[in-house]
Amino acid sequence: MLDKNGIAKRIAQEVKDGYYVNLGIGIPTLVANFVRDDISVEFQSENGVLGMGPFPFEGDEDADVINAGKQTITTLPGASFFDSATSFSMIRGQHVDLTILGAMEVAENGDIANWKIPGKMVKGMGGAMDLVASAEHIIVAMMHTNRSGQSKLLKKCSLPLTGVQCVKKIVTNLAVLEVGPKGFVLLERAPGVSVEEIKDATEGNLIVNGEIPEMRID
Amino acid sequence: MIKKTVSSVEEALKGVQNGMTFMLGGFGLCGIPEKAIAELVRLGISDITCISNNAGVDDFGLGLLLQKRQIKKMISSYVGENDEFERQMLSGELEVELTPQGTLAEKCRAAQSGFPAFYTPAGYGTEVAEGKETREFNGKMYVLEEAFKADFAFVKAWKGDEAGNLIFKGTARNFNPCMCGAAKITVAEVEELVPAGALDPNQIHVPGIFVQRIFQGNNYEKRIEQRTVRKRN
Repeated sequence: MLDKNGIAKRIAQEVKDGYYVNLGIGIPTLVANFVRDDISVEFQSENGVLGMGPFPFEGDEDADVINAGKQTITTLPGASFFDSATSFSMIRGQHVDLTILGAMEVAENGDIANWKIPGKMVKGMGGAMDLVASAEHIIVAMMHTNRSGQSKLLKKCSLPLTGVQCVKKIVTNLAVLEVGPKGFVLLERAPGVSVEEIKDATEGNLIVNGEIPEMRID
Repeated sequence: MIKKTVSSVEEALKGVQNGMTFMLGGFGLCGIPEKAIAELVRLGISDITCISNNAGVDDFGLGLLLQKRQIKKMISSYVGENDEFERQMLSGELEVELTPQGTLAEKCRAAQSGFPAFYTPAGYGTEVAEGKETREFNGKMYVLEEAFKADFAFVKAWKGDEAGNLIFKGTARNFNPCMCGAAKITVAEVEELVPAGALDPNQIHVPGIFVQRIFQGNNYEKRIEQRTVRKRN
């Protein structure tokens, strides 16, 4: 079974040379730490920066340079700043190649819910609805089950949707899955996790074709 | 040169009234019009509709207006990190219209640019699209979103000149340029106000035509919401 860093490590393998990537808050933010350093990748943050670097050294933080999680950041050579409308032109116009974000629920048809629990939590969708409606490649990073042990990979989302039929790939603490025409296609197992365990933790239709390899994480 | 300078924040906010709709720039606490917010608090303007990506924190930014119950309605994309906001929303005292962030930015830009509405894929099939016109283009579904209408836009820039030209710094730019010229009156507050001619016309982010009033604010607090650093080796 993977921890959060393990999930981020596995997702980092999906980041290709030349990609512009938008990282959501939480596990997705960790992905930046594990991208191979022999490829060229630029990270976009929807509040208006492309070419995000690591967090600043203590004392170097600048209140005017933050990411979408409101954390202080630095920029790398070649970086640029821009306004919010331009930022979402990059996203809506599909200039950003890959979006990695968290989710509360994903359905077997690719629907995603991650912004609201009626009556309990309403923080808002931020840029998530724009991101999932437009990105060509969307990877969801999340735990396979919620805190009470219920599956987050469902036949149908129970929470208000963020986007419809948009998720293509999901990396959880248990597995890598793809959304196919008939449900979740199991691609890889996390180290030490059996297909049975993944089946038990998946409420939506799980498609298992032949032998399922174990993930390779260095 | 058409001069846009006003001498004080009091003069800059002349004409604000109860019940008006205001646009306020900023992302989190980054690039917010601190001086305009303080003046709205001082004036006690109430029943405000605020168009702003976020709602500040409990004791800073728009949180200051929330504390005094001056806001009737918030139009935002993300409103976490504010307990008073959550309390007012769940009790029904505060009306909240959550809008996808890119749509929020574009509703500003549409107002600025003279477009009454536009189609966006964001929110299609979700509760955000309920009651809105949808249409298919090239096999994909889109939602019709209308431009904002606002009385005042309050924006914050790094540098500005007497002609109202603005330059922003870092990610403090965010929604500010999109809101300039998107309301009946745009008020820009800047950290440094310089004479016309002192800024390079090649480097202007927002031309002065979109700004009606400009003033220099002093002692910006620029509070950091999530100070995140790494250790020096």
